[in-house]
Amino acid sequence: MKSAVVVFPGSNCDRDVKVALEKVTGGPVRMVWHAETAMPATDLIVLPGGFAYGDYLRTGAMAAHSPIMRDVVAKAKSGIPVLGICNGFQVLCEAGLLPGVLMRNASLKFVCRDVLLKIEQTGTPFTSCFQQGEVIRLSVAHGDGNYFADRATLEALEADGRVVFRYVDKAGQATPEANPNGAQHNIAGICDAQRRVLGLMPHPERLFEPMLGGTDGRRIFESVLATLH
Amino acid sequence: MDAKAAASITPEVVAEHGLAPEEYQRLLEILGRPPSLTELGIFSVMWSEHCSYKSSRVWLSQLPTKGPQVIQGPGENAGVVDLGDGDAVVFKMESHNHPSFIEPYQGAATGVGGIMRDVFTMGARPVANLNALRFGDPSHPKTRHLLAGVVAGIGGYGNCTGVPTVGGETNFDPGYNGNILVNAMCVGLAKADKIFYSAAKGVGLPVVYVGSKTGRDGIHGATMASAEFDDKSAEKRPTVQVGDPFTEKLLIEACLELMASDAIVAIQDMGAAGLTSSTSEMADKGGVGIELDLDRVPQRELNMTAYEMMLSESQERMLMILKPGREAEAEAIFRKWGLDFAVIGHTTDTGRMIVKHKGAVEADLPVATLANSAPRYERPWMPTSPPKVILPEWVPAPNSILGTLKTMMSGPHLASRRWVWEQYDHTVMGDTMQQPGGDAAVVRVHGTNKGIAATCDVTPRYVLADPVMGTKQAVVETWRNLIAVGADPLAITDNMNFGNPERPEIMGQFVGAVQGMKEACAALKYPVVSGNVSLYNETNGVAIPPTPAIGGVGLVPDLAHMADIVLEAEGNLLVVIGRESGHLGQSLYQLTATGKVEGAPPPVDLADEIKAGNLVRTLIRETKVSAVHDVSDGGLLVAVAEMALAGNVGVQLFPYEGKLPAHAAWFGEDQGRYVVEASPELAEEIIERARLLALPARVVGKIGGDALSLRGETALPIADLRTAHESWFPHYMGTT
Repeated sequence: MKSAVVVFPGSNCDRDVKVALEKVTGGPVRMVWHAETAMPATDLIVLPGGFAYGDYLRTGAMAAHSPIMRDVVAKAKSGIPVLGICNGFQVLCEAGLLPGVLMRNASLKFVCRDVLLKIEQTGTPFTSCFQQGEVIRLSVAHGDGNYFADRATLEALEADGRVVFRYVDKAGQATPEANPNGAQHNIAGICDAQRRVLGLMPHPERLFEPMLGGTDGRRIFESVLATLH
Repeated sequence: MDAKAAASITPEVVAEHGLAPEEYQRLLEILGRPPSLTELGIFSVMWSEHCSYKSSRVWLSQLPTKGPQVIQGPGENAGVVDLGDGDAVVFKMESHNHPSFIEPYQGAATGVGGIMRDVFTMGARPVANLNALRFGDPSHPKTRHLLAGVVAGIGGYGNCTGVPTVGGETNFDPGYNGNILVNAMCVGLAKADKIFYSAAKGVGLPVVYVGSKTGRDGIHGATMASAEFDDKSAEKRPTVQVGDPFTEKLLIEACLELMASDAIVAIQDMGAAGLTSSTSEMADKGGVGIELDLDRVPQRELNMTAYEMMLSESQERMLMILKPGREAEAEAIFRKWGLDFAVIGHTTDTGRMIVKHKGAVEADLPVATLANSAPRYERPWMPTSPPKVILPEWVPAPNSILGTLKTMMSGPHLASRRWVWEQYDHTVMGDTMQQPGGDAAVVRVHGTNKGIAATCDVTPRYVLADPVMGTKQAVVETWRNLIAVGADPLAITDNMNFGNPERPEIMGQFVGAVQGMKEACAALKYPVVSGNVSLYNETNGVAIPPTPAIGGVGLVPDLAHMADIVLEAEGNLLVVIGRESGHLGQSLYQLTATGKVEGAPPPVDLADEIKAGNLVRTLIRETKVSAVHDVSDGGLLVAVAEMALAGNVGVQLFPYEGKLPAHAAWFGEDQGRYVVEASPELAEEIIERARLLALPARVVGKIGGDALSLRGETALPIADLRTAHESWFPHYMGTT
């Protein structure tokens, strides 16, 4: 399995996700500079976390107009799985590949902590190795993770089963206390209608091996590997 | 120089530049003529306390700075220590106190940016940030605002650059009401054979400016940082710089990319006193002259004068000396990252710094004199008289040991700092091996099984009472914290924050601190490799408590043998190792029980420290202990409570049956102690091994249940303790 990670100026989790992909998939990982215009042949595209363009103007807004994004959109439409993590999720929303926006956290503060997530949807290339309804633990680290969409969009996302990850407590309940950023419906991650483009605020690459304190993130990459084979 | 310009240098203008009349006389003698305004500005910043260390240098030169592990000691942008296998760790701590008090967000943010540049300019990738923060009394009207701004600023900058902020300390004391302290530490990782230095060796080499454009921000920042505050300090806001962490991130990547080649001769960041100090220090170290054409400096504002450009402290700028002919290759890298790149001059064999602007020579100064002629003061000093030792029985016993514990753990001094560190990205880079809240932060050396441990410590109330002992304690506490995670302590960086050195009692505190540091570092073979001095931390004549913050760095040779404070198994025992005398003078218990701290701080016995430390480290490497915590603020019971909270498990405490008053045994802040978790069989072995070293050790409790319990007292459920411990900060900051 071949992966490609887009590097924007200000990306800062690009290396982290490269390391995780290499270790989990065993395949090559190409780093693609944002100024390039064509993606290399790849089985997976990742938009990593960070602060593309310093988050200036609006998170993800300028990165969505980087030269490489035209081909990322084209490849996504052709069915190549695209994973946007944290800032990558914000870029996917700004690029129109996913609906809604990520607003400033309700606390108005950056938050870095472990969160519990419920797997709401196993029918995506990123979640096929999980059990429906399973509660997993990942880390978040963001200042703008407060998912917002208009009511019709939210209803459609829920109705179509496109909410993939939801912040929950130990009992699997989507409580306000379990929600680190005020996201509507405790949404942590969503996918597009074809279930090939996924955006999520938590960082699977930060909990993918025991030395990091957890391994649940590993299974997101394992799911992609299993889906492709 | 033009006579009219020279005539404009009135005594008032000299005073505004922070130069004493006798210092100006000295400048006249050096030049043999009156300076131009630009030259006066250049000299004033180079001779500021901040840049010249004129009051402290005499004393700092006494510190131990050498050791087989040291690759580069003080005198460069940061210290460099060998990690073995071709790796080196680069680190330094630096203050940004004055600007943070005036404008907390930008002051703290640019402090982080500046210290990171000091580290990556040496060729290291920054891998961990730490900080040591001191605020005034929680009830002081400014404290909340300053705390919120500083924490947001540190997070805002560090998070964006993608360097994890993994540790530090946050304290409150009324002594900081008028002057907060923001000390930022950065730790970087480099290859031992690819360290970059700042000496501009060679004539005719291009002087290259990279990074952000120059604006009028921060002019005279170094001078401000060398003066006391008064009621008009808020007017100094324009001298605080504004940071751009996005540019810093690009600068890190661009510099490291260029450093992978061999195009760079020398490199230095433009920190305090910007272009002035970087050019003069690089030229001086290389033994060359330097000629600058300011028309080529990338500028953000119109009609800037030579004076303004030479004194600007605009952030995110670096100065490089390149090998001839390598400009195009370097420029391509910086352009790719969207950064400015300009050749602004060249090195010469004249030994002079010549600054040209719009066809005129604005400054023509001897480099060596500029860099080295700052006055050196042996300021008069008065030693701090040693306070009397408070005996344990003089401090009243509490009604309830566990009730007092809960009170202490839920107050400003010991409450959880989660509110602070959750605003810092502490897991980016994927190498964070220990979450904040333990004894020392540990980050993995990327791609290996080794770890770098780092910690920042000082207990200012100890230093105020006895600068020598208090500073010795600060050094050994960092050493102990490194040992407690299983590291070999390697070296320290120091950040000396004091009041006005022109007052003999303040200078006496400084001299005492240096003495204490010297003794501890020498005994522990734990040299000082970098540091920073911040003086004049006074407002309206009231000085801060003397605060020599120590940043310690160590190596965990094998991460499989790393310890943390998390209790693991029910039925295991907790053993305290180290000598107990129930010292309550200057303790948090004394503060809780009597409302004040007094007397001598706990004494440090360096020989005992070494014995206890070596034993604990050996036990960690033999995997005989499953949790380790050093005993510090609040004493033994607080250490046990912190371990229980981390492990989310109760501890049955064994009643104290020794000769001391029980409250002194539980809350005394005796030094050189660790609490370790071990199985009952191994606990016996550990006590025996300690005995062979003539170190006391005893069992203090057994892990089990869901509460801290002690015979004759109401049990304290861990859940209640956690709520109390976690709620002070959010409640205080108004976020509950």
